Amino acid sequence: MSERIAIGRSQLPTQLALGLAALVVITPVAWVIAAGFRTQISLLIGEFWFTPVLTSFQDVLFSKTSVFLTNFGNSMIVGIASTLLTLTAAFLGAWSLHRMHWPSWVVHLCLGWAMLFHMVPPITLAGAWFTLFRTIGIDNTLFGITLAHATLNLPMALWLMGVFVQDVPRELEEAAFIDGATTPTLLLKIVMPIVAPGLAATAVLCFVFSWNEFAAALVLSTKPTATVPVAIAKFAQDFEIQYTQMAASAALSIIPAVILLIICQRYIVKGLTTGAVK
Amino acid sequence: MTSAAPALADAGMQEDRLWRWLTFAPAGILLLAFSVLPILNLIVVSFLHVSWSGGSASFSAAGIAHYRALGGDELFRAGVRNTLVFAVFAVAGQMVLGFALALLTSRVTRGRIIYRTIFILPILIPGIVIGAIWKLMFQPDFGLINQIFGLIGLGPFEWLKSASTALMSVIIVDIWHWTPFCFLLFLAGLESLPQDVYEAAEIDGASVWQELAYVTLPLMLPTILVTLVFRIVVAFKVFDEVYLLTSGGPGTSTEVVSFTIYQRFFTEDRVGYGSAMSVAVIFLVSLLLVLALSARKRLGPA
Repeated sequence: MSERIAIGRSQLPTQLALGLAALVVITPVAWVIAAGFRTQISLLIGEFWFTPVLTSFQDVLFSKTSVFLTNFGNSMIVGIASTLLTLTAAFLGAWSLHRMHWPSWVVHLCLGWAMLFHMVPPITLAGAWFTLFRTIGIDNTLFGITLAHATLNLPMALWLMGVFVQDVPRELEEAAFIDGATTPTLLLKIVMPIVAPGLAATAVLCFVFSWNEFAAALVLSTKPTATVPVAIAKFAQDFEIQYTQMAASAALSIIPAVILLIICQRYIVKGLTTGAVK
Repeated sequence: MTSAAPALADAGMQEDRLWRWLTFAPAGILLLAFSVLPILNLIVVSFLHVSWSGGSASFSAAGIAHYRALGGDELFRAGVRNTLVFAVFAVAGQMVLGFALALLTSRVTRGRIIYRTIFILPILIPGIVIGAIWKLMFQPDFGLINQIFGLIGLGPFEWLKSASTALMSVIIVDIWHWTPFCFLLFLAGLESLPQDVYEAAEIDGASVWQELAYVTLPLMLPTILVTLVFRIVVAFKVFDEVYLLTSGGPGTSTEVVSFTIYQRFFTEDRVGYGSAMSVAVIFLVSLLLVLALSARKRLGPA
């Protein structure tokens, strides 16, 4: 009994250490969000207490020269479209590779190539994508960026879906075939419901990574097709940086991440940890 | 399945083969068109001189000239050197801190979910936004970091603009960004460890440190190795934060490989040379992959 009490008491230093770590994580984000509510002067003189103003947010969102809402829309379109594309390709591809009796060298070649492709810095391919997209006439379009993001996220999605489809019991598949089910019925009616949590986890990660991706979007976009990260980078590189507007747009850009963190944390954790623990 | 009538199995096989191709096609086409083809394109272009005139490119053979030039390119050498330093220190910091946080979190009974929620946040923030956040934090005049140092009478420091602190500052930002990822994987690993081993250790009177050294670490070794490989891979790809925080400077003090390629390929428009650099990096990365895989084979299945 005395040991239990000792453990209970020793939680205080642990809690303090974790609280400190949480503070280190939260402070930069909170400070920048706060900076978005400051006036440029208040930020520059570094006063601690300030009267919050909405000027920077209004400028970023509604000023005539600002295209941030367009950037936001672009990121949404690319994020959703590339996620759907990656998810479809990864779900079918993973099932095909793991369950449809390909010769083992095909499976190893594909997964090995995907792994290598995942390790390569995206910027090395951006130039070749640009050339390729220009040839087929989709350079500087959202469609081009969507294809690039779908391809960039495919290795991770293939890997995750591979883990999830391998959990589907083979007996179920055999029973379905004996009952006369065709492959599409099997995939849609039986496999998909079983791997639904895995699909959700993969989808959340694909969307977040597409939303965050910068290098390919930078090379493959022009002003009307720029995504949020590209727009924020432009902010920071202006000759005279408008710090409060940069802070405001940074604050706006993490809204989707915060929403996903609150409502789908389970799937985010599942997605991020599946590859490593299994 | 084996008991099915042969005719039926044959028809099934035919259909199977069709669906095998159809289900493979979307992923196969994406990978072929946008990963295999671009890399082949890079390899071809890396042997060419490309010059632009009036919107159209003209090509002439360059042989291995571009590859020869790589070795003497100060920027590329600085890029490789800094990327290695960056990867080693950033990943080491993230692994140690992430493990410590995961250990602490796994011990608390209250607030575990809240801590996890807070710690996950940086993973989900765009790298470029993290760059923007820390550019403000490191800002010499009003940045929070210098304000804090000012309170104890130090500074102001030019974190990102001084060659001696710029790389360190970028490493600190990366540690802030990715420690949560290590934390999450380690926490998942710790939570899945068998509890009876710990009970046995407790009965044998093992101290906290003995428990850590002889029970936790050995059991966690596979997770630690996988996390290490994951992290090193991503650390080698670093681009966003450097682009925003320092653009490789001052001088070449934060030049990293991805950024060098960006400069040579896009800023300077040296397509042939940039392609050769890309191919060289891809080659180095695949060498790394082969090494990692053969190491894993030698260590046995993790």
